[in-house]
Amino acid sequence: MESGLDFKVIWENLSYFFIGRYPKGPLGGVGLTLYLAAVSLLLSFLGGLVLGLLSVSRHKYVRWCSEGIIQSIRGMPLLMVIFWMYFLMPALAGRPLPEAWTVIAALTLFTSSYMSQIVRAGIEGIPRGQMEAAISTGLSHGQAMFHIILPQALRNMIPSFVNQFVSMIKDTSLAFIVGVSELTHVATQMNNRTMLYPTEIFLFIAVIYFIMCFAFTELSRWLERRLAWRKSI
Amino acid sequence: MLNYKFDWAIVTSGKYYEWLVSGLYVTLKLSAVSIALSFLLGLIIAMMRMSQVRPVRWFAHGYLEFFRNTPLLVQIFFWYFGSYKVLPQSVNDWLVRQDFEFAAAVIALTIYTSAFIAEDIRSGVRSIPKEQMEAARSSGFSYVGSMRYIILPQAVRLTIPPLINQFLNLMKNSSLAMTIGVMELTYQARQVESYTFKGFEAFTAATLVYLVLSFLITGLMTLYNKKVLQPIKGH
Repeated sequence: MESGLDFKVIWENLSYFFIGRYPKGPLGGVGLTLYLAAVSLLLSFLGGLVLGLLSVSRHKYVRWCSEGIIQSIRGMPLLMVIFWMYFLMPALAGRPLPEAWTVIAALTLFTSSYMSQIVRAGIEGIPRGQMEAAISTGLSHGQAMFHIILPQALRNMIPSFVNQFVSMIKDTSLAFIVGVSELTHVATQMNNRTMLYPTEIFLFIAVIYFIMCFAFTELSRWLERRLAWRKSI
Repeated sequence: MLNYKFDWAIVTSGKYYEWLVSGLYVTLKLSAVSIALSFLLGLIIAMMRMSQVRPVRWFAHGYLEFFRNTPLLVQIFFWYFGSYKVLPQSVNDWLVRQDFEFAAAVIALTIYTSAFIAEDIRSGVRSIPKEQMEAARSSGFSYVGSMRYIILPQAVRLTIPPLINQFLNLMKNSSLAMTIGVMELTYQARQVESYTFKGFEAFTAATLVYLVLSFLITGLMTLYNKKVLQPIKGH
């Protein structure tokens, strides 16, 4: 084992790591990782918005209910949420569903509850006077929320959303457990097949994940600086 | 689904109940060991990150960015499958003599979490105004003395809530150890499911245990904020 690292196995299978068997077969690898992350993020944005708005509702039962859902999901490991979806969704649908769907559902549910906290903090960060001013000009509470408060709040939330995308990319690696052939799954497959190069394979995919996540982390920092600068004028 | 017969007895008594309890025990042990180690490592990395020596600071910065931006699962696989090629032979021998799955999970969880903890500690220290240090120095404290008696006691108080949050994350993240065969709670729940086909009951039991643990930790944080932080901040 003193032979050092041998990355030949990586170069020979490079396209498999990046796109799986695409275009002859289904998309896999990095491509599927990004696809899962992007679709789940889009859905979690909507889910987080709905849950976040419900958790600042004026009706206390609505507030309590949404708070209960949010806290329960946040108290669970993501892996548990994936197992629940993997197990419940086909049972409820009465037919087998693609594993990728169950993972997207689990990621969406999980991230929505985190996003709702960002949305709530964003809404609470807008001075109360804005709402009062909007209502006194004749808007209803709902109109004031959608036309005055949310647009400002959402702008402040952009960096946090980008950060959440970074977490999402990392979280998609758990899709491996139900056999969705994203990057981590491809790596474990390759590891099982070749047996000799685990260090090289996992180091390589760690670097790939790092490049993707670090790029978005930097983007979020840049956005934060830029938005802070805009606000100061 | 509609004619599914619930059988809660399998998770409240007997063999499968014992599996779940032993899973809980492993989850707690794994979390406790990793929490202690990741706090120590996080403290060291945070100190290095604030060091005056440039290469030390750069190393800590690289460490933070790399381990924060890589999935924990990949790190677990790396330590479990791939670490033997990069570690010295003596360390490998020692690791194999231990419970290797458990050790790999501890290493991965510790390194991953320490990167987050280090950032929390650093922002705690940075939130103390510079003038405090200047005032301490001008009233005769040495640099180390003012750190020790003036800055750190305040910074630690502010850092405790985010630290508790990291410990909560670590406890939840410990479920990933099942992928390398550590028989913790999620592993056992899955095991019960595959032996009995009573997935609903098994997952409900495990979920409830995680929720209780999470709410206990969150409750601790709320209590701390109310009893310790608010009186200091004075509102």
